[in-house]
Amino acid sequence: MVSLRVNGKSLSAKGASTILESARKAGIDIPTLCYHPALPPGGACRICLVEEESTGRLLTACNTRVEGGMSILTDTQRISTARQRMLELIFARHPVDCTICEAANTCRLRLYAARYGVSGGELPRRGELLPITDANSLIHRDYSKCIGCGICVRACGEVQGAAAVEFIGSGPRYRPAATFDHPLDASECELCGLCVSLCPVGALMEKPSIHHGLETRRVDTVCPYCGCGCDLELRVAGERIIGARAEAPAAWNGVSLCAKGRYGLGFVNHPDRLGKPLERTAEGWQERSWDWALEAIAERLRRILDESGPSAVGILASAKSTNEENYLMQKFARAALGTNNVDHCARL
Amino acid sequence: MTNSIADIEKADVILVTGSNTTENHPVLAQSIKRAVLHGGTQLILVDPRKVPLARYASLHLRPKLGTDVAWLNAMARVVLRESLQDTKFVAKRTEGVDELAAFLERYEPEAMERITGIPAGVLTQAARLYARANRASIFYAMGITQHQQGTDNVRAVANLAMLCGHLGKPGTGVNPLRGQNNVQGACDMGALPAFLPGYQRVDSAEVRAKFSGAWGRDISAARGLTIGEMIEAAGAGKLRALLVFGENPVVTEPDSDGTARALDALEMLVVQDLFLTETAQMAHFVLPGRSFAEKDGTFTSTERRVQKLRRAVEAPGEAWADGESVCRLSALLGYPMIYEPAEAMREIAELTPSYAGIDHARLEKGGIQWPCPQAGHPGTPILHTDGFTRGKGAFACVEYKPPAEKTGKRYPLLLTTGRTRYAYHAGSMTVRTALAAMQRQGCLEMNPADAELLALADGDLVRVESQRGALTTRLCLSARSPQGVVFMSFHFPEERVNRLISPAFDPQSGIPEYKVTAVKVALAGGEASA
Repeated sequence: MVSLRVNGKSLSAKGASTILESARKAGIDIPTLCYHPALPPGGACRICLVEEESTGRLLTACNTRVEGGMSILTDTQRISTARQRMLELIFARHPVDCTICEAANTCRLRLYAARYGVSGGELPRRGELLPITDANSLIHRDYSKCIGCGICVRACGEVQGAAAVEFIGSGPRYRPAATFDHPLDASECELCGLCVSLCPVGALMEKPSIHHGLETRRVDTVCPYCGCGCDLELRVAGERIIGARAEAPAAWNGVSLCAKGRYGLGFVNHPDRLGKPLERTAEGWQERSWDWALEAIAERLRRILDESGPSAVGILASAKSTNEENYLMQKFARAALGTNNVDHCARL
Repeated sequence: MTNSIADIEKADVILVTGSNTTENHPVLAQSIKRAVLHGGTQLILVDPRKVPLARYASLHLRPKLGTDVAWLNAMARVVLRESLQDTKFVAKRTEGVDELAAFLERYEPEAMERITGIPAGVLTQAARLYARANRASIFYAMGITQHQQGTDNVRAVANLAMLCGHLGKPGTGVNPLRGQNNVQGACDMGALPAFLPGYQRVDSAEVRAKFSGAWGRDISAARGLTIGEMIEAAGAGKLRALLVFGENPVVTEPDSDGTARALDALEMLVVQDLFLTETAQMAHFVLPGRSFAEKDGTFTSTERRVQKLRRAVEAPGEAWADGESVCRLSALLGYPMIYEPAEAMREIAELTPSYAGIDHARLEKGGIQWPCPQAGHPGTPILHTDGFTRGKGAFACVEYKPPAEKTGKRYPLLLTTGRTRYAYHAGSMTVRTALAAMQRQGCLEMNPADAELLALADGDLVRVESQRGALTTRLCLSARSPQGVVFMSFHFPEERVNRLISPAFDPQSGIPEYKVTAVKVALAGGEASA
């Protein structure tokens, strides 16, 4: 442990920690764009500049390790001016079309622009707009908005382990791309959407969520797909699921989901969902009330049980139902119907 | 899984077999990829297809379909021949090693090469790598179990892990990957014909007495029927009514046409589901079900982690949870039950030793891995740390048997099936999401060399035929499949690949042999799916 001072406040921090980590732990906020706690620091955006009091050096807080006796200032006029300049430089490449940008109030660049009083038009615009890369149905890439933070590249290599994206080009054309700039779905990309979920601006967007607005609530639950059991934070607007993230701090899956967990939830609100019990009749499907349908089913079950005994009925429980429901289903089979004819698709 | 997902990156060597992990368990696969890329872990991949994990593998062994016992035994043979076994572990924790050693003498890698197609040198290298590792784990999925010899395959996997002492420690283990969100839980809860909750046997009088005491009804001692047997019994008129919750056997069961005929013979088929699936369309009554986002309760993941799901949105119309309809129906049959998930979990905990310490309130703070034998118990991330369920681990001498289906003049190719990245199971969920646009239809994956022999080109409409039936689909050429092997997913009901699959199953597990079917492929005569 080392002792240091941040804005005059004495802190003790682990020797291996960075200025950013120890400051945030103490509740002192330092703005960041290219930093994410799940990734190794990038030191690319320089918004996290802080000042070392004794030397006057400006240090990037995200990748500078704490040293004993350090005294760090995070909020001086000099730092504010430096951050303003950095933001102005970013905006020289970043279109100021916030009114039509899907990132809207989730955009961290916009947040800091407001905080540091940057309008985006301070410096003349450099470079041209790049075409939107929009070939697949899941991920929308608008690299004109890319600020070169490298979060997507690091997330893909360090967390997803796919290393499908890297930086290509130089100068104003410097941007992330799949190898040989192939379309994502023709590359090593697994369309897991991790990069999209971590992008601090509107350069990467989840297509299925576009134009669904902001969520009204978030619900922490479990993914309905494979058996991994990823923690899923549903983004819900009204009664619609408009997206999903992995953000529960204690969950084993950290910030990760896969293509299915992230983009495969549209079935919940699909118009094909059944909303009424149905009976197949000679005239086709007839809607029934629950009471009517259950009584008709019970009636037939009673008759079959009377005539042929419990071995003539069976239950297929479900690997998609809850534990509690499966428990009740097998209890129903065994205690109410009197048969062990209960199974599910464990073998498929 | 004997071990936990958090454990994966602690292994020095990981052996993955019969699992296309990056596509079917993508987030878990991250840990394997990270271990290789950043942790110096060596990956041994054993899979006939060049699945995406091959990119990360130090060794990729490509056995012929259905020869798993042969290569697994050969690896164990190398371990014993070169004295690479963990003698302390074997002496203290296992029994039957001498019989195994004598038995395995016939499984020299050189002799097995002819059966498996794996060069003896590569197999020896893999065996050494696995055995010499400080910590080594094995992961497998349906590529091991969906064979007539599936249970034997698993025993052979266990032999190898026990010989090398790679069990009961972090970064080791025998780790089956479960394919559905709650398939582990459905098994744990006794949705199985021979087991009550917690794998308590129906054929034990003591177990039955415990449950009949709690439930107030006698429990039948007769083992019930598996899905496959129920379908057979339906076809034979012995099973007259079937209630299906959230499953789609017409698409997922082998011999789809036979399955449909059998279900058609039922006097009453009731299906509760989210959608009017292919099976629901055959039902007499269809009940609207609730999705995971519309109910409370728990799921148990592949690492035995019981986790709380939470209701997020209102269900459409009058959709009810499966549990609700079961309880109401039960009441109409004179056995009232109340659907209250937290209360049901209290009952589960009372009757299921491995869930005894689990309740909903605890789960609010995070999932718990069973066994969790009492309140306050932290759960069990690693099984078998001190002993096995039966005490000492017994080595099993399992003899290799060739798969039931063989290629010949009439059916010269072997078909294997599985899942793909953007679709899931019978497809009823994923087809109704943004993922559908990523993969609109299935295809037959074939090695370009085979296509050349058959004078077929990428994108051709082809007819795939087995002894059971035929279907029409597009051909996609890929070096993923080795020569002589073709691959299809079972996601697309319009193809219904399972109509090609034999209903023959592993007599011990009841698992059908989805992974090996002899087929022939020819240019389709322009007609749609037969």
